[in-house]
Amino acid sequence: MQSFFYEIGKFWLFIRLVFRKPEKAKVYYQRFLDECVAIGINSLGIVSIMSLFIGAVITLQTAYNIDSPWIPLYTVGFTARQSIILEFSPTIISLILAGIVGSKISSEIGTMRISEQLDALDIMGVNSAAFMVLPKIFGAIFMFPFIIIISMFLGLMGGFIFGVITGAVSEYEYVYGIQYWFNPYSVQYALTKTVAFAFIITTISSYFGYYVSGGSVEVGKASTKGVVVSSILILLANYQLTQWLLL
Amino acid sequence: MIAIKNISKSFGDTQVLKNITFDFFPGKVNIIIGQSGSGKSVLSKCMVGLLEPTAGQVLYGGVDFYSLNNRERMNIRKEIGFLFQYSALFDSLTVEENVMFPLRMFTDWSLEQMKDRVNFCLKRVNMENKNHLYPAELSGGMKKRVGIARAISMNPKYLFCDEPNSGLDPQTSILIDNLIEEITHEFNITTVVITHDMNSVIEIGQNIMFIYKGENWWQGGKEDIIKTNNKEINDFVYASKFMQTLKDKLAGN
Repeated sequence: MQSFFYEIGKFWLFIRLVFRKPEKAKVYYQRFLDECVAIGINSLGIVSIMSLFIGAVITLQTAYNIDSPWIPLYTVGFTARQSIILEFSPTIISLILAGIVGSKISSEIGTMRISEQLDALDIMGVNSAAFMVLPKIFGAIFMFPFIIIISMFLGLMGGFIFGVITGAVSEYEYVYGIQYWFNPYSVQYALTKTVAFAFIITTISSYFGYYVSGGSVEVGKASTKGVVVSSILILLANYQLTQWLLL
Repeated sequence: MIAIKNISKSFGDTQVLKNITFDFFPGKVNIIIGQSGSGKSVLSKCMVGLLEPTAGQVLYGGVDFYSLNNRERMNIRKEIGFLFQYSALFDSLTVEENVMFPLRMFTDWSLEQMKDRVNFCLKRVNMENKNHLYPAELSGGMKKRVGIARAISMNPKYLFCDEPNSGLDPQTSILIDNLIEEITHEFNITTVVITHDMNSVIEIGQNIMFIYKGENWWQGGKEDIIKTNNKEINDFVYASKFMQTLKDKLAGN
């Protein structure tokens, strides 16, 4: 229990260090752009593939489970939309990003720590925590919402394409379903969650990477820890934010 | 000049450094030697602010580093160049970008000016025309030389070299030693070399401190270290059979 509170205290001190005034805004801005590419653009491929197929599976399973003539078929589109926008894209994709982006961040920073590159920054007079982590936080906060919007679109497209090809649902019913009783606030809710998840993934993974000591085995452990802890925190935050934003 | 006064450092109950006092002079190669685990790396980390000493002062030009706030410490750090044991070059940056890094962070120079400075530093360490290579494409000795180029790019007043010869063959070691010595004299830098390589000590050491069990056990010049009767120093300096034979021969002569 003592070590739990110790870690929490250390984490907040780390965050305070990260949010110190940057030495040179221009260099940080360049780093931010680099991180937008590294964190955002480079994750698009896997996110697109997953979204397309999960959207398709949600649609087919919903259609398969509706066998009552009293339930209209546009419910398939409606259910797919609700599942994808409210949970799949913001939460499940964020969990996947915690694996992809989180492990990359932990191992990158951890390797820099054990090879003394972070010490080199500190000795030069550069705040290594801010230099390494701040652009990642802002890069993720800026890019994750775009990724999630693309994921929502591709999820719905996947449902449409595979739903129509397999004959599970007609074009008209699916399109009517995804428009039916649409509340734009659900997108706002999803993107708000995404921003919170982006913050969790980048800060937690960076924290575990930044305080690595030892060798490559410890970097691996830190990377795993970062993914596990950020995934758990995403699930907790998901519950809490849903309660705050929807109820 | 760097002066350390009564530096002590403990980790829990283990006291690693005990009341170390020493002066490091500008334009001289100041060397800290000692066995592995004697505390020399901890001392160097205390001197550059990577570890805070439990007690004592580190004075840069008479100013106590640990009495300063973060911003003021950063200003002193900008005057420090540090060559790491494994060079600590940034993997994702080319040689040119590595050397340019401190300039990008702390100057308002144009790209042209920065490139001129980078080329000057790389030429100084005999690494010209290697600008676009990545650290992974360099040998150990080349990495050290790029590390030195990066360390001197900001015209530092103080240069720290942590085990500059580790992992290098004897010829490259001598090249690196000579380079450190030349740069020290050329730019009147206060250079602090942390090593346990006796060749370096004999080659370039001008002001030497021997740390033994966390204490400043002995200090002097390279001529003194060969002649001293201090048992611990002799055990360290003449640890190898070769050095022992050499000593016996010299004594015989």
